[in-house]
Amino acid sequence: MSTTGAALTVSINGESRQVPGPATLLDVLAHLGLDARMVVAELNGKIVRRPHLGGTAVAEGDAIELVHFVGGG
Amino acid sequence: MTGTLSPDLAPTDTLADSPLTIAGRSFRSRLMVGTGKYRSNEDMVRAIEASRAEIVTVAVRRVDLDRTKEAGVLYHLSPARYFLLANTAGCYTADEAVRYARLAREAGFNDFVKLEVIGDRETLLPDTDGLLAAARTLVREGFQVLAYTNDDLITALRLEDAGCAAIMPLASPIGSGLGLINPYSIRTIKRRLAAPVIVDAGVGTASDACVTMEQGVDGILMNTALAEARDPVAMARAMSLAVESGRLAHLAGRMPRREVAMPSSPTRGMLE
Repeated sequence: MSTTGAALTVSINGESRQVPGPATLLDVLAHLGLDARMVVAELNGKIVRRPHLGGTAVAEGDAIELVHFVGGG
Repeated sequence: MTGTLSPDLAPTDTLADSPLTIAGRSFRSRLMVGTGKYRSNEDMVRAIEASRAEIVTVAVRRVDLDRTKEAGVLYHLSPARYFLLANTAGCYTADEAVRYARLAREAGFNDFVKLEVIGDRETLLPDTDGLLAAARTLVREGFQVLAYTNDDLITALRLEDAGCAAIMPLASPIGSGLGLINPYSIRTIKRRLAAPVIVDAGVGTASDACVTMEQGVDGILMNTALAEARDPVAMARAMSLAVESGRLAHLAGRMPRREVAMPSSPTRGMLE
């Protein structure tokens, strides 16, 4: 993923965000400053397992959900 | 003293108790605690340590994209030290709960899930239809399902039948602190089920925990009772003792209740 392209507009946790393209999910996490070991990602409603984050390309208009564990009962 | 213990326990040791075993995993502590609503992360960590709990519950939520560091519970609690039990709190449909459970499993710690499907925003009582549907799906997908339910025997039996690893009937509504409202129902559920019964929700103070354990259940899960105590660390210690105390009292076998007095001192040998 060395070639630079136009920014991608994607939805992350319901917010419209721009990320530098082309990008994989792992690139998106890095762009947001997130530790991939602490986050679980969904791309367009489907879970992307951690080992596949770096091989999963993000496309314009994708819906990404990023969740983690918070305090709860 | 030795004759008072149930026969499956070592008769020479009054403290003998089998570990709590859920889906083949054994735990020494019968107290499980939540990680929500503490005034600070430091309070949470210290209270959980004082509770001596091994199983701690966590919730699955969106990462806050603007401030990510502090919010994640794993920045404060070591997953090497505690068994993380993810919940599906906040889910109102079976599909939603299944989605949260799958996300939780991908975090990579274990395949246990505390399944909640809530049916009503005011009481947070479970939607038992949705709960059963979600439980069946998750069991099929290989999850160990610990199902938060009401104190209804029939639902508990159906959840057990669906293959749940543990049944978690409430003492009283989540966060209410009203204590054990229906000891009879809890006893009945425990008597009729082979799966572990963990009372979840409603315990307010140490006596509630003790009375609950005296019913013979396998454990208790609590959160608000610690998080909202004036001193969560002291309350955690109190709860740890109460759970152990109630468990021992159950194993010891209480005296019968009588409607009349029975003197404890000899009635013979009184002075003329």
